[in-house]
Amino acid sequence: MPGEDAAVGSSVEAVFREERGRLLASLVRRFGDLDLAEEVASEAIEAALTHWPTDGVPSRPGAWLLTTARRRAVDRLRRDRVLATRLAVLRAEAERADHAPPADADRDLPDDRLALFFTCAHPALAAPDRGALTLRFLAGLTTAAVARAFLVPPATMAQRLVRAKRKIRDARIPFRVPGPDELPGRLPTVLQAVYSVFTEGYAASSGPELQRIDLAEEAIRLGRILRRLLPAEREVAGLLALMLLVHARRDARTGPDGAMVLLDDQDRGRWDRQMIEEGRGLVVVALTGPGPGPYGVQAAIAALHDEAADVASTDWPQVVALYDVLLGLVPSPIVALNRAAAVAMRDGPAAGLALLDELADEPRLRGHHPYPAARADLLRRLGRWNEAAAAYRIALTLVGTDPEREYLLRQLRSVPTE
Amino acid sequence: MKYMLLFMSPLVDGEAVGNGCTFEDWIRYDREMKDAGVWVSGHPLQDLTTCTTVQVGPDGERTITDGPFAETRELLGGYDVIDVPDLDAALDWAARSPGAIGTGSVQVRPIAEIDVPV
Repeated sequence: MPGEDAAVGSSVEAVFREERGRLLASLVRRFGDLDLAEEVASEAIEAALTHWPTDGVPSRPGAWLLTTARRRAVDRLRRDRVLATRLAVLRAEAERADHAPPADADRDLPDDRLALFFTCAHPALAAPDRGALTLRFLAGLTTAAVARAFLVPPATMAQRLVRAKRKIRDARIPFRVPGPDELPGRLPTVLQAVYSVFTEGYAASSGPELQRIDLAEEAIRLGRILRRLLPAEREVAGLLALMLLVHARRDARTGPDGAMVLLDDQDRGRWDRQMIEEGRGLVVVALTGPGPGPYGVQAAIAALHDEAADVASTDWPQVVALYDVLLGLVPSPIVALNRAAAVAMRDGPAAGLALLDELADEPRLRGHHPYPAARADLLRRLGRWNEAAAAYRIALTLVGTDPEREYLLRQLRSVPTE
Repeated sequence: MKYMLLFMSPLVDGEAVGNGCTFEDWIRYDREMKDAGVWVSGHPLQDLTTCTTVQVGPDGERTITDGPFAETRELLGGYDVIDVPDLDAALDWAARSPGAIGTGSVQVRPIAEIDVPV
């Protein structure tokens, strides 16, 4: 049976997932309460699923959903005086705070989602919860799907979401778009929340699969929404570009048996050219003007890889130069590790290894398997077999996903014994 | 919405580590809060040599000890209660306080309102 029915079902679901975020944002703005908004948004969507197939889709579906949800909310408030009183206080406070009105979008409803992005990724919330809230409320994933995304049991994720929502409500984390003076300080956590979804999809931190395409696509979808909402913010363009330029390689990244294929060995003919072109266009946007941001620079590095016909003809001097810029913006040992790998390509493995060895005492690289894996690779290229094998073994004790483990095992087996 | 700002400083060998802010800095901060109409109440606290800890056991017996609990790592140096629209505004006032710089830090705690005002 599934074929056609399943396709129709999933497309309806997709429409409502997109609509759900907008609806939720409008309702939170109006009623100031995430729980109430969630509840009545679900009820309105359920009503639509009942009525639209027989009565036809209304001419303004978004407005229909919002009106239905609002009626349900008003009903709830009539029945629940305590809730009504609490929300009245909230509204009075919101007026006192004199927050800017939302910008109108080209759709049949004003788009309040930007404020919801800033609430979900508020710095007063724990970093892992920001990604989860963003997936739940802006991507419209169910709690079970969010739990799968972050590889935790559904009950654990439900608990985390409840706790985070409670903090939003009880500590009164506002629902608003930060002013122009606050935006530079507040945008990074929003971008980080979206990027955390992407990296979890691209390089699943553990489990049988190396990459989870659906999650990466969810993150790209969120990136596109943000790009529409904040067209003037170059780092938003940079983030979207970075995700597209990395995701363009998805089909070449795993072999037919699910094994990991490194950038060096990927069949570049399987890269998604259209996605690369879109990403390159956005890199130009991200880097045009003074002071590029970290996402823009990382996207530019990804673009250099995507443009090269093979590893040898990659513009390594330019890659190293971009890593120098990135290291200035984000002085992190992880960036230094990637820079060392690029230097090894430009100047040879000995130069890269010297830089890696300087990072030996970095606490953040302890337990980070790419560090011993990168050392192992350079040691092997230098013919220092015993040291290479030892470094692969260290990496194997730290690695999370099965395909990465198998890759490292293959590498280890290929090292000749001295 | 009311929030309590708790001004904390680290304790090393039972002594509070100052963060270099002056009495005048606190006077200025106090004035700013009052001028903005957000200040509700607040006090600086005397130093730890004046602190006494009271504990009542299951048998109702009081134990009175000089000083704070031995494990205390942080000193509460004072507090202010402010009334502002939301957490962003509270965090902003916390960041502007002399207690937030250097070794100091400010904990921002929403006040639990048991009776919802009508």
